[in-house]
Amino acid sequence: MSLLSVEQLDVRHGLLKAVRDVSFSINEGEILALVGANGAGKTTLMRAIAGAHRPAGGRVVLDGRDVTHMSAHKRVRAGLALVPEGRRLFAELTVEENLLVAAASGRSGEWSVGTVMEAFPLLKPLRTKRAATLSGGEQQATAIGRALMTNPRVLLLDEVSLGLAPVAVETVYRSLQTLIEGRSTIVLVEQDLRRALRVAGRVICMLEGKIVLEGSTAELSIEEITEAYFGLKSRQQIGGGSGP
Amino acid sequence: MTVLNAVIQGIMLGGFYALLATGLSLIFGVMRIINLAHGSLAVLGAFLAWWVVDKTGISPFLALIPALVVMFGVGYALQLGMLERSLRSGPLIPLLTTFGLAVVVDNALLGVFTPDVRSLGGPAGKVTIASWAITDQIAVSAIGMLILGVAAAVLLGLHFFLARTGMGRSMRATAQDPDTAELVGVDSRAVYARAVGIATATAALAGFFLAVRAVVEPSSGPTQLIFAFEAVVIGGFGSLWGTLVGGLILGVAQTLGALVDPHYANLGGHLVFLAVLAFRGRGIFEARGVST
Repeated sequence: MSLLSVEQLDVRHGLLKAVRDVSFSINEGEILALVGANGAGKTTLMRAIAGAHRPAGGRVVLDGRDVTHMSAHKRVRAGLALVPEGRRLFAELTVEENLLVAAASGRSGEWSVGTVMEAFPLLKPLRTKRAATLSGGEQQATAIGRALMTNPRVLLLDEVSLGLAPVAVETVYRSLQTLIEGRSTIVLVEQDLRRALRVAGRVICMLEGKIVLEGSTAELSIEEITEAYFGLKSRQQIGGGSGP
Repeated sequence: MTVLNAVIQGIMLGGFYALLATGLSLIFGVMRIINLAHGSLAVLGAFLAWWVVDKTGISPFLALIPALVVMFGVGYALQLGMLERSLRSGPLIPLLTTFGLAVVVDNALLGVFTPDVRSLGGPAGKVTIASWAITDQIAVSAIGMLILGVAAAVLLGLHFFLARTGMGRSMRATAQDPDTAELVGVDSRAVYARAVGIATATAALAGFFLAVRAVVEPSSGPTQLIFAFEAVVIGGFGSLWGTLVGGLILGVAQTLGALVDPHYANLGGHLVFLAVLAFRGRGIFEARGVST
């Protein structure tokens, strides 16, 4: 059985249908990349899965349990954690306090301030620094560490490389590699297609709120994904179908 | 000598204002709401303690304990039942809601307790009249020192709570970004309800000391709100240490005003308040979110 499944999810921003009839599922230990142009609905979809945005229809099921009507903090307790777009650290809190706030969710597991510092060594000297004073890469590492502190079963990573210097992106992804080898279950939104394909086992491409392409990264070529990404072919022609 | 005396008395009076303003500052810091019912809730707390003393005859300081517990619950319920809904409708609605609440509380007190003035000064015993002579002309009252001490203890305790405990950390995180706090597992509804509970209990504590030090009547709320508001504005909204300093400045301004003419006590406070608004609009200690 899949660990997380999204069933016919509709999410709106007022009158705008940002996510339309989206269904997919992810198994334990799988890494799924969610790609698509700006405005395709990726962030809205991620926020709806995490509970920050109430869907207009459909279901979100975590490990057989319907969490659609659960508030965001309860979903965290059930094992869903989102690293939000733009990092959204608590600017006036220190790095350590940012991590500890998330520990209050009460899920036990391997992640603690100590193990996060091991996974992201760049944070070690910054422990008592206010989050507002960190560089973009340091903030992103803190944001991922903060999500890990909840010991999630599924980690949702939204645009981890957005606005970061290439060096910082490398550092963040090198640390993520530790997670990936630890067989974590991850849904990843990434603008950089090549990087997404390198990290993920499966890829979903969204266009105008819908899934237009889904398949394993081994089978899909970058050209196929690029075409779906920009909506260059009509949906029927695209291999892999439009969702399960 | 009389000026020195006025300053000393002003500091003790300022302790009361700091205590009164603590809750107003906390709610603003955490939720960005100015609670216009704050003064009325303080008076409600005072009447609650007075009622317990009246019914049981126990010491007011013992009656304070159940009153504080009840007022914490009142604040908690107020958030979940009323403020939470109004918060969703933009920044003006909570202002109107709490204004309405103040009217309801004032009139309910009037209906239940009649317009008579009440005091806990008598039942509180010797503490209200005891004083220490420092020089021939300067004496400090026991109750003034007690209130100043309690105010300092409450602010220190709150500082410790916010800076060092897990719950306090969650409160600061929620104050900065409630959506993200939810996304890392913080129950923001419970955090808000706790903040309003604590604020309402500290308001009741201040109301209690008002009744011990002087008198309360059902219509006392709005005046106390103005003093609390002035203390918070002088010190800087959302900053706890600012609230302490703001309270002390307000107290000293009032006693110095009274030195000029007894009628000028409140005027002295208002003038400092207006001066701060004019020259330093964000208060002496500017704060982002709830700061310690």
